[in-house]
Amino acid sequence: MAKNPFRSEADAYRFLLLTIGYFALIVAAATLNTWVGLVVFVALSAVVLWRWLGSRTVEAPLRTSVPRPHDEAERHILVIANETVGGEELLAMLRHRSDGVREQVLVVVPALNSVVRHWASDEDGARAAAQGRLEASLARLASAGVVADGKVGDGDPLQAMEDALRTFGADEIVISTHPEGRSNWLERNVVGAARERFDVPITHVVVDLESA
Amino acid sequence: MSAHADSHSGSHHGPPIAHKSSRVDASVLGMFLFIASEAMLFGAFFTAYFMVRVVNPEAPDWPLEPFHLPVFIAGVNTAVLVTSSFTMHWALQSIKRGNRTGLKAGLLLTFFMGLAFLITQMLEYARIGFNPADGVFGTIFYGLTGLHGAHVFVGLTLLGIATVRAFRGHYTPEHHHGVELPGIYWHFVDVMWIVVYATIYLI
Repeated sequence: MAKNPFRSEADAYRFLLLTIGYFALIVAAATLNTWVGLVVFVALSAVVLWRWLGSRTVEAPLRTSVPRPHDEAERHILVIANETVGGEELLAMLRHRSDGVREQVLVVVPALNSVVRHWASDEDGARAAAQGRLEASLARLASAGVVADGKVGDGDPLQAMEDALRTFGADEIVISTHPEGRSNWLERNVVGAARERFDVPITHVVVDLESA
Repeated sequence: MSAHADSHSGSHHGPPIAHKSSRVDASVLGMFLFIASEAMLFGAFFTAYFMVRVVNPEAPDWPLEPFHLPVFIAGVNTAVLVTSSFTMHWALQSIKRGNRTGLKAGLLLTFFMGLAFLITQMLEYARIGFNPADGVFGTIFYGLTGLHGAHVFVGLTLLGIATVRAFRGHYTPEHHHGVELPGIYWHFVDVMWIVVYATIYLI
């Protein structure tokens, strides 16, 4: 998200100085010639817009170190999935990972919400729906013999992972998505962003529910 | 072989409780709504101003006769207001470093410079030679500068409270929210004046 120029007094002060510079250049150019002033206005506005749009993507995420306060013989796996827990690919992978160790699986289902509802802090519906998906997922895991706990997480999957990591201490994160072309998370590069952000091995599992 | 969702236990009814990070911070949302409403308020006046100016066939001779704007006096007033932002910033930096004298001096200077700006603007109104009823230009001029003047008045009220509190020994390097917020507002008022001065008086 773009930075709010009035987030603090220091930010507001910097914004004021930039505003003074912006208008000083435009007025100086307009004094020479109205059309020159217009060109400078357009050029400066384009630069401001470019910088503003750039600030939305350039901000590097923090690389979060994950505490792992558990026994060496245990393996903590954090599974993050919206509605794809229970696919055969994921179940097979979880069974394979738990060979020879005591595994603890935490399933986090993000409470996905619309932008408007998010800004209005209206997320009861989103969390209730996520709770429903979580319970269905846990039931499928249980029937497949996988012991798991579950949580409804933040609507932003990266934030949901970070929240869970702070209390769960995972050895591995498994991100389960739909196949390419049907996955909003893949389109947003959630897996790549998670690999940059978290100091934990991350496995991406594609679950194709339509072909199941 | 058990599975359970940890937020689905006990007597809790309805959806699970939201994590704090799930929600937009109230102060952030409030500031965005404030900026949006102010942008629309000033935007409405600027739109009217530019409409009048663009559709007027005699626009190159702006402002039209017999209107005359005191550009120099307003320029000096602008310098005073911009300087007051510098002293506001100095006041806040001072309290962050534990310098109470700097805080008090900065707030006092900011307050008096803001007051000087407002008084000068009122004197300008008294001598400018036209009033809000003198055509659409007069209406928009008084509307825009008056709207800004109202914001300066609100800012001065906030600064007055912060100044009195500073002289009463409030604020520490760790706790100075009561200076930070008026500071943000004061810089916003300055930004809006830069826009008003550049578009109405200079361009």
